[in-house]
Amino acid sequence: MLGSRTLPHWSYHCPGELKTALQLLDKYKKKCKVIAGGTDILPAIRRGVLTASDALQVVDITHIDELSGIEKHQNIIRIGAATRLAEIERSPVINKYAPILAQAINEMASAQIRNSGTIGGNLCTASPAADTAPPLLALDAALRINSQQAEKLVDLKSYFLGPGRTIMKPGEMVSEINFPAMKKDERFFWIKLGRRNVFTLSIVSVAIWIKIKNGIVYGIRIALGAAAPTPLRLLRTEAYFTGKKLNAELIENGIQLIPEEINPISDVRASAAYRTDMAMVLTRRALISCIA
Amino acid sequence: MKKMSIKMNLNHKDYAIEVDTSLTLLELLRDDLAIKSVHRGCEEGNCGACTVLLNGVPVYSCITLAVQAHNSHILTLEGLQREGETHPLLTSFLTHDAIQCGYCTSGFILTAYALIDNADSLNATDIRKGISGNLCRCTGYENIVKSIAAAFTEKQNGNWW
Repeated sequence: MLGSRTLPHWSYHCPGELKTALQLLDKYKKKCKVIAGGTDILPAIRRGVLTASDALQVVDITHIDELSGIEKHQNIIRIGAATRLAEIERSPVINKYAPILAQAINEMASAQIRNSGTIGGNLCTASPAADTAPPLLALDAALRINSQQAEKLVDLKSYFLGPGRTIMKPGEMVSEINFPAMKKDERFFWIKLGRRNVFTLSIVSVAIWIKIKNGIVYGIRIALGAAAPTPLRLLRTEAYFTGKKLNAELIENGIQLIPEEINPISDVRASAAYRTDMAMVLTRRALISCIA
Repeated sequence: MKKMSIKMNLNHKDYAIEVDTSLTLLELLRDDLAIKSVHRGCEEGNCGACTVLLNGVPVYSCITLAVQAHNSHILTLEGLQREGETHPLLTSFLTHDAIQCGYCTSGFILTAYALIDNADSLNATDIRKGISGNLCRCTGYENIVKSIAAAFTEKQNGNWW
């Protein structure tokens, strides 16, 4: 006995090795879908947002050991794409060397979703509001993208093309996310604005990495979510702050550049004007707290 | 594969069954194995009425595939029962009037069970955050939060399993 919105009778594969998964992706190309936690793909099929038929080849990657896990090697943190969000949230390595990612994940969805959903899935669904994206952009993350033919490293800032679209081609999948570990005298800030405190899509989110030496902005990365067709870095705003003495006046002038770099939409959650205002407010709030 | 053989431990009992690979864990538990405490709510991973514990952690069974329960432990409300004894968490829900229509209750109890079981300390904020994946349209949550806090105290006093 099934509900009215049933899943199709697809063909299911659960390879135990990455190379087998890549063979399947290469063989079936657009006819296949990778599944890990299923927290995006299954609701999407039920709602009719994603068309799926009995011809679909589902490739479950949760049995591939090398795709799951967190490690720090020298100064690089590596996270397998199929690592559950909850595991990242509570990881001692992440809480020590990339706490912004743990903080952002803690504010995502619900415990049930975080126990099933994966970081790779969040990035591959590529919502403009994906909450792991701004922190990873602030961390200057890269993705390892594999196909049967090749393996390449792609900067996350080049990965998103538009809502739900990435540079990946049929036959490719993300296997790993990596980024440098946080060093002393680097600071991160994450602020997510939603219509409620929990289990809510972002109205706008801000992730900042900043390095200050003797009051001067040595380096800064500002990444926004839900403010444009993709999560993005505000490169011109960053350039304005770099090399200058951080004070309230500089911050006030710098945030005026934000509206030119973002392109939010009006939707059920907020108007474009409100998103723009809040992008400035949240960025100001994060930067003011660095002055102390 | 359109079908797959899976092994799982459900409520302390071992099962070996063949399932459609497109069957969800909710459909397997409720429709095929008559585990009626697991409820169909939104079937989209939003409301929490279908929450079960998979290897000790709460998940939405409506968006978990049955095949993904292979080699796993599943716990539902039926598995918290002991012969002739009501679990202290369920007793706490009853005594604190945390149940009205009851539709959300089994999901809440499993989420709360995992929350309490894994916590050394639990304040009201922790509880509210921990249950934020379960919706209730009846109670307004106050009594649910109180009953979870009281059950945590019971656990600390040794009345727990």
